[in-house]
Amino acid sequence: MNRITELFNKKKRNVLSFYFTAGHPEPDSTLSILKSLEKNGADMVEIGMPFSDPLADGPVIQQSSQIALKNGMTIKKLLAALESVREEVTIPLLCMGYFNTVLQFGMENFCKTISQIGIDGVILPDLPLEVYSEKYQAIFERYGIIPVFLITPGTSDERIRQTEKYSKGFIYMVSSASVTGAKKGFGNEQLAYFKRIKEMNLSVPVMAGFGISDKFTFNQVSDYAAGGIIGSAFVSHLQKEGASENSIGEFIKRIVK
Amino acid sequence: MDYFVNKKGYYGKFGGAYIPEMLYPNVKELEENYLKIMESEAFKNEFASLLKNYVGRPSPLYYSERLSGKYGVKLYLKREDLNHTGSHKINNTIGQILMARFLGKKRIIAETGAGQHGVATATVCAREGVECVVFMGATDVARQKPNVEKMEMLGATVIPVESGNKTLKDATNDAIRHWISHPDETHYIIGSVVGPHPYPDMVARFQSVISKEMRSQLNKQTGSPLPDKIIACVGGGSNAAGAFYHYLNENKVELIAVEADGLGLETGHTAATTAAGTPGIIHGSMTLLMQTGDGQIIEPYSISAGLDYPGIGPLHAHLFDVNRAGFYRATDQEALDAAFELTRLEGIIPALESAHALAALPKIKFGKGEVVVVNISGRGDKDMEAYRKHLLAEKRMKFKKERFKYLFWKFIK
Repeated sequence: MNRITELFNKKKRNVLSFYFTAGHPEPDSTLSILKSLEKNGADMVEIGMPFSDPLADGPVIQQSSQIALKNGMTIKKLLAALESVREEVTIPLLCMGYFNTVLQFGMENFCKTISQIGIDGVILPDLPLEVYSEKYQAIFERYGIIPVFLITPGTSDERIRQTEKYSKGFIYMVSSASVTGAKKGFGNEQLAYFKRIKEMNLSVPVMAGFGISDKFTFNQVSDYAAGGIIGSAFVSHLQKEGASENSIGEFIKRIVK
Repeated sequence: MDYFVNKKGYYGKFGGAYIPEMLYPNVKELEENYLKIMESEAFKNEFASLLKNYVGRPSPLYYSERLSGKYGVKLYLKREDLNHTGSHKINNTIGQILMARFLGKKRIIAETGAGQHGVATATVCAREGVECVVFMGATDVARQKPNVEKMEMLGATVIPVESGNKTLKDATNDAIRHWISHPDETHYIIGSVVGPHPYPDMVARFQSVISKEMRSQLNKQTGSPLPDKIIACVGGGSNAAGAFYHYLNENKVELIAVEADGLGLETGHTAATTAAGTPGIIHGSMTLLMQTGDGQIIEPYSISAGLDYPGIGPLHAHLFDVNRAGFYRATDQEALDAAFELTRLEGIIPALESAHALAALPKIKFGKGEVVVVNISGRGDKDMEAYRKHLLAEKRMKFKKERFKYLFWKFIK
């Protein structure tokens, strides 16, 4: 069974997931960040594949992507660095990035390679559901890779149901109309949206992302969703405090304590 | 062969809408409504009336006797430079501001490179009385001061973009990010035939007034609506899309697109996307773009800020792919020379972008007496800084020549 499915079978609440950009802060910090995250209690990790023009990202992830690219990170190098990741990391792993970089690498080649490595899922925010179902679904299924799709406050119920049909591991609930980046907390409008999604009783678990930066915001979304994904706040921490095991442990403690 | 967009938003294998879900509701709303709105009587009447009375259309089709003589053809200039705000950009912004109103949007955002589209957008927003926010690369803000001041005088807010390389591509990224964060009541006026479907088709339709007029003007002046060749510059490609539009299915008419070649293809400092690019996704569209083998977008280079874009509209990528249009390149230097040639032969100072179209003239094989139309997409006021430098270089060269002659004769005597 895919590790993502397994995770959500076992754990229905307070699932804690992280995003970071491969190649940031150091060219070769990817593997050690993954190990530190697992060791300190992360349930799942999204490994960002840097792109020169990250349309859906705020300043923090934009900057980390630029640094990663300056550090020479590419999909090829990332997959090479992850080759034996499964000897040391057991939690579910996803690759997240923009469609163009995967398109140039070749979708089939990409899915094949990551499945060999033991990556469980892929998130490509600018690969639309329609193109996925028409062109790539068969490839994803052939290699047992789980596609994760986004829904937002503007997504209609009808489209959410459509998304549900194609989703296997979890649905990525974007917390608010916004690019990635920290917020002070979620207001009534967002909470009403979380509630609406919860009441739809989707057949796939929902993970909230965008704007989850600390214990408070993580707990806010955990009341409605299976858990939350912390991206910019973690990336920003890595930028400031470095990617040592200690630093990562400190960061996670502040959220789960 | 059909060169127009299909129901799914593709031109052949190019186009589509590769957008994050956050943009989906707005883009979908536009896609479902743009044709209905554009075909309504109320829209058509107001659009036509504004083009006539506000923009000053039809723009003249001017027979250039001296360029005709030089190239042995009948050469006509489509004078988009005479439009209000100085370029073809206003055709699109008039259309889109009406579209925004018909969709019930209360705020406008736009990106701009040199500032021409920004000024054209700020202009229609002032007239409409709606808030206007223009994203402009910080580098461009610094080098296009007069247009920034115009936008501000028109009441727009200009936001200098500090992300990426701080030019047009980054301004577009930030405009899209802003739209993601402000989806309600905001319409994004894209300035070219780029972006997710339906933008390329909608903008091409608004610009198609150029070729619509050309047909009737040519008919009057030459006895046939069909020229032999149409030449236009291509960055994203909106003026070329407009100049080609009503001729796309007229296979006898040769369409010629001219891309900016900067310092030359071999130097890598170029914006000639069809020559230096490969298929990929930029700003929500599958098209040709300049990128590394790893799919990272490469910063282009051209002296002309309006052509300094690493992609090309999907319509043009398709025209290139199926060989419907010929693609030429013109370097910075060739464009400058062409601008000076037109200025001194006809007393028309063209925009640097349009000068690229003119710069292709010496490279094209013409049959004798062919009817050729060059689209002069804009005027050169905004480019006086570049032209001033060229003028200075010209003066220096002249001085050196005179001095050489003087020394030569002195030596001989």
